Amino acid sequence: MDNEKDILEVRNLQVNFKTYAGDVKAIRNVSFDLRKGETLAIVGESGSGKSVTTRTIMGLNARNADITSGTIMYKGEDLLKKSEKEMEGIRGQDIAEIFQDPMTSLDPTMKIGRQIAEPLMVHKGMKKEKALAQALEMMKLVGITDAENRINDYPHQFSGGMRQRIVIAIALINYPEILIADEPTTALDVTIQAQILNLMKELQDKISTSIIFITHDLGVVAGMADRVAVMYAGKIVEYGTVDEIFYNPKHPYTWGLLSSMPTLDTGGDELPSIPGTPPDLLDPPTGDAFAARNAYALKIDTEQEPPFFKVSDTHYAATWLLHPDAPKVTPPDQIVARQKKYAEMQKNLVKQQRPSIPVEEEEEQQ
Amino acid sequence: MAKYLAKRIFYLILTLFIVITVTFFLMKLLPGTPLTNQAKLSKSQIHLIYEQYGLNKPVWQQYLLYLAGAVKGDFGTSFQFSDQPVSYLISSRIGPSLQIGLQAMIVGVILGVIIGAFGAMKQNTWVDTTTTVVSILGISIPSFVLAVLLQYYLGLKAGWFPIAEWGGFIYTVLPTLALGAQPLAESARFVRTEMVDVLSSDYIELAKAKGLSKTGVIYHHALRNSLIPLITIVGPLAVNIMTGSMVVENIFSIPGIGEQFVKSVLTNDYPTIMGLTIVYSFMLCVVLLITDILYGIVDPRIRLTGKAN
Repeated sequence: MDNEKDILEVRNLQVNFKTYAGDVKAIRNVSFDLRKGETLAIVGESGSGKSVTTRTIMGLNARNADITSGTIMYKGEDLLKKSEKEMEGIRGQDIAEIFQDPMTSLDPTMKIGRQIAEPLMVHKGMKKEKALAQALEMMKLVGITDAENRINDYPHQFSGGMRQRIVIAIALINYPEILIADEPTTALDVTIQAQILNLMKELQDKISTSIIFITHDLGVVAGMADRVAVMYAGKIVEYGTVDEIFYNPKHPYTWGLLSSMPTLDTGGDELPSIPGTPPDLLDPPTGDAFAARNAYALKIDTEQEPPFFKVSDTHYAATWLLHPDAPKVTPPDQIVARQKKYAEMQKNLVKQQRPSIPVEEEEEQQ
Repeated sequence: MAKYLAKRIFYLILTLFIVITVTFFLMKLLPGTPLTNQAKLSKSQIHLIYEQYGLNKPVWQQYLLYLAGAVKGDFGTSFQFSDQPVSYLISSRIGPSLQIGLQAMIVGVILGVIIGAFGAMKQNTWVDTTTTVVSILGISIPSFVLAVLLQYYLGLKAGWFPIAEWGGFIYTVLPTLALGAQPLAESARFVRTEMVDVLSSDYIELAKAKGLSKTGVIYHHALRNSLIPLITIVGPLAVNIMTGSMVVENIFSIPGIGEQFVKSVLTNDYPTIMGLTIVYSFMLCVVLLITDILYGIVDPRIRLTGKAN
């Protein structure tokens, strides 16, 4: 692990939600790093624990959340050990968040200029006039036309895409080190999605922030992310660079996700889907949580949890299929095609390979 | 805005006209006559009195005469207190009623908002349970029961406040409390429910993500948004206070219009009943107009547009 390049290190995070039915184990031993300036995508279906992970980082979990173990190191300090007061100083200043639905994430009764200026007033103790002037600059930066006249407008006077730009302006006004984007384009239509994604990339370069990008849409990931972590049932099951995940996936769940994503090559055939539903996290199954839905499941999958196996310096997957003793299986056709493409890409690259990015220490979890 | 106001004032007059008409005929359906000791009066005496007050004319004529007078601001002379014009009767008595009513409304709503907001912030704790119990009690105990309890405990036993009569601020405390309980309870319940809702909304999450403190979130974002629906119940609360005042003013012997209204109904004092009904309807209409304007001020989404600048 390279401490200088990592801005955020999440280790062995476990979060339970106390309910009347029992403890829901929403996050089950999650570890990942976020590097300076990179975009890390966390991908998974609904309920896989993506949002809970980010809420935990922000310290904004619901009251019945119980963080049973883990550390979240930011600038050498554990965010989980910080008091509420200290977290208030970090939120909106060092770590900011963009939410999913721009239609509901702005205060309907406050002028948007004031909403954008608020983090400045809270963290920098700025006077309202000065903060508003800076908010105006930010509005221009995120591409709100006629910003001077619109600064005193209310959210309902803006379209969804414009509102998401405002939410982005709020998040970035203090030039945060880390930006958490929780499905920022899910509620927008496709053309607006592209605009917002482009805007985020552009601004990331300008203010050099690291982004944790939460999404269930792999199509969005391809254009945005440097690295990808795939989550399933409260665990990360595979992570690697965006090329590795897209063209050389190893975990059967990633195969399923990729196969069920429509591409330009997808013809009139039926789009494959992953059968079954995610497991009940009140009582997670022993072994690999994905085993029940996995056509390639081995006997050991139902007995013992797979550790992370190393595929490359940057690519790890938690599946027994990578064990040396495991039988060779052929992934779905689509994946084989992807892997072929990847092999060709690697050949073309020959020795122009990128400098290997430092690797996580804990290759294997207990 | 001016156009809107003009429209609203036209509707107000229309409403008052309908109220006058309905009350007038309903009143005529009341049993009894305005004469207190009818048995002791001879036929000719009754006839004379009826003649004097115009009560022997057909009802429709009386109605038209009344309307003609009302337009000119003449609401007739009280039967009960001879030589006292109704307009004077009302204007001399409306002061105490307005004072108690407004005090009850302001104190009740402000305390209610505070209690409700606390309940929502401490959701599902003993604080919340206490506020819920307080509001259930406030809603279910009628103001006249509360009035008597207040008189007995705070007035008689503790001796902190005068039990009844009128004569300065200290006399208004108990009636204000008795009348304010209902608005307090209603607004506490309302604000609590609203705020619980608001606190779980996305923009509150975003406000927290901005790094605002708990009180900052409540003060800058949650409160205003929770108060908008409260405006809706200000009208009904005003009605509540008006009807409550009729009984409470009697209990505390306050020389207000509520007390007068009850007396007038009991004695079939037609002109006074009519006059007071018009006053009550007018006050309610004004309250409703104010709440509609308030809506626009508090909630930008329903700002009354007409200013196409």
